[in-house]
Amino acid sequence: MSGARALGSGAVIRMVAGREIRTRVASKGFIWITVAFVVIVVLGGLVLKLVGTPDGTQHVAVTQDVAGTAALVESTGTGVGVQVQTQEVPDRAAGEALLRSGDVDALVVAVSPELEVVVEQSLPDPLAAVFGSLAQQLTLGTAITELGGDPAQVARELSAAAPQVTALEPEPQRDGGQVVAGVIVGILLFIALMNAGQLVAQGVVEEKTSRVVELLLATVRPWQLMAGKVLGIGAVGLLQLVLIVGAAAGSALGFGVLDSSSLDVGSVALWSLVWFVVGFAMFALVLAALAALVSRQEDIGSVTGPVIALMIVPYIIGISIAPYDPENSLVVVLSFVPFAAPFVMPIRQALDTAAPWEVALSLGLSLAVIPVLVWLAGRVYSNAVLHAGGRVKLKDALASR
Amino acid sequence: MTALEIDALDKTYGTVRALRDMTFDVRAGEIFGFVGSNGAGKSTTMRIVLGVLAQDSGDVRWDGRPIDADTRRRIGYMPEERGLYPRMKVADQLVYLARLHGLDARAAHASMERWTETLGIAERRGDEVLKLSLGNQQRVQLAAALVHEPDILVLDEPFSGLDPVAVDVMSAVLRDQAAAGRPVVFSSHQLELVERLSDRVGIVRAGSMVAVGGIEELRRTEHRRWSVQGPPDASWAADLAGVRVVSSAGSTTVVEEDATAAADVDQAVLHAALAAAPVREFALVRPSLSELYRDVVTADLGADTGSAAEATTARGAA
Repeated sequence: MSGARALGSGAVIRMVAGREIRTRVASKGFIWITVAFVVIVVLGGLVLKLVGTPDGTQHVAVTQDVAGTAALVESTGTGVGVQVQTQEVPDRAAGEALLRSGDVDALVVAVSPELEVVVEQSLPDPLAAVFGSLAQQLTLGTAITELGGDPAQVARELSAAAPQVTALEPEPQRDGGQVVAGVIVGILLFIALMNAGQLVAQGVVEEKTSRVVELLLATVRPWQLMAGKVLGIGAVGLLQLVLIVGAAAGSALGFGVLDSSSLDVGSVALWSLVWFVVGFAMFALVLAALAALVSRQEDIGSVTGPVIALMIVPYIIGISIAPYDPENSLVVVLSFVPFAAPFVMPIRQALDTAAPWEVALSLGLSLAVIPVLVWLAGRVYSNAVLHAGGRVKLKDALASR
Repeated sequence: MTALEIDALDKTYGTVRALRDMTFDVRAGEIFGFVGSNGAGKSTTMRIVLGVLAQDSGDVRWDGRPIDADTRRRIGYMPEERGLYPRMKVADQLVYLARLHGLDARAAHASMERWTETLGIAERRGDEVLKLSLGNQQRVQLAAALVHEPDILVLDEPFSGLDPVAVDVMSAVLRDQAAAGRPVVFSSHQLELVERLSDRVGIVRAGSMVAVGGIEELRRTEHRRWSVQGPPDASWAADLAGVRVVSSAGSTTVVEEDATAAADVDQAVLHAALAAAPVREFALVRPSLSELYRDVVTADLGADTGSAAEATTARGAA
């Protein structure tokens, strides 16, 4: 015979997956979407760095004449809950140059007889509170000196004075970086799963519409074809997500925008990839089976609609509630439910509100569903994929043979 | 002798019986023409051979053993509904299909190059299939059936949509394949082509094989007929022993031998005609495949039990 050899299932699946990977990675759609996301993520990091984090540090310059007030400005800032960083400039002109370039937010030029502050346009709100308090302290200090007291000591005691607050239900420790990461992870996973899932459905229908499936199934078993397609598209989706998440984590670390956050970037990035793989396995199998029921691209929506809804609901709940209220009972429950978990659990993990046993349980539940889906999807796909023409009923595809 | 045997296949779709006791065989090195009207069961039979459809009962055997996945991988198949990846380049597509059938990368590439060359689509290797003309897509489809160097060819309507040059190329390919010892089954509605190309022909009606055999064998009628052109009317044959006049139109007369006729009755016929007038044409009348086909497929369904032998006899007597 002509040099042909018998092929094992592994070899066949590798070939089918290889075709999917080659055609999709080379496609314009893949390249542009990936490049666009990487650029957006990197630019986003850059913008965050340039504008400073929302609860960012205020920069105040102090002229040499009044250099002594620098410490007082910082401690006053701490007193009113604003982080202030000071720097000394030789004279007013140098300070004004820094103001114009945006390197500092305010310039202190005099403290007596009155506190005098120069700004570029207006005094930022946090600094208004700082300087308002500072002006009062300075006035108070003058009065204390006149009364023969030590203004510095009074000032120290004043700034240390704070009410003792007891919370009945203390909020978990979260910071802005974690909230932002939670939202980004939620959105990225949704887009990645939606996109890859749709590719699977379209790929299955493409083979039916073009009738190439008949040629393929004359030499390949249906389950091998489905497995190769799901694995190939999954690998492409994972590659895309690795690039985007890598760019996000890289720019977050590289630009140092998360220096003040307790977010564990590496772990969140890794877990989002894990959840993509788990979520993709579930949705791809379901979508491949359902797509095999129809023969035309226009009909995909009619069978995949319910699955898309199954993705949208946990996604909306995940990104609209979880980042702000991670202990919400709906959020907690959904983070365990297979199909919903890949959208919700990674957000909870980014917020650091999921205990390791919760993550393990959620992952275990989702993984347990996959073998059942493999069996169901294989059956539906095999029975439906060669039926051209009309739509095959799900019931018939499950029952026949 | 190795042969592809289709043995008593039955298939029912819902209430429609697509195949009933479909039986025939295709021997190695033979071109088998498969004809029948639309919906008669040709494609269903071929799809069952390829395993993309499961029969209700009956067997498909190759070399005496039931056909399995490994044997099916050695079949070159051209489905009735053409199918290729529209957005995949011709060369990539053919190499992929060859490799799925078990060729290694190097052999697959060499085979792709050879077949695109043979089928005249070498310069289109880098084009996506959907950018090709229908005729060229058809050539790629044939290349897809041949690229893994199959041992058996099953081609459903390989000639439909081809221009005359492509028909010649395709015919030559089928002859080469048969000459290399491979069984070739193809279906077609172009009966002259089937007649010219096939070693044997099967005529299928309503899911059963109703006539099968070599072209000459099928065309042989029980009683010989001759067409004589020359004498102005049929009076010269009226009293001739052993024959009767079947038809007479102008100077053309058709006579048929009867059961008592001697083997050399044709000579007697010719002499009688020459005695009457100069003969311009004298020929043995044999039905063309088209006529056979028309007879068979329009025959009363009720009178037919589906047995090929009976059908042949019935037609011969008609």
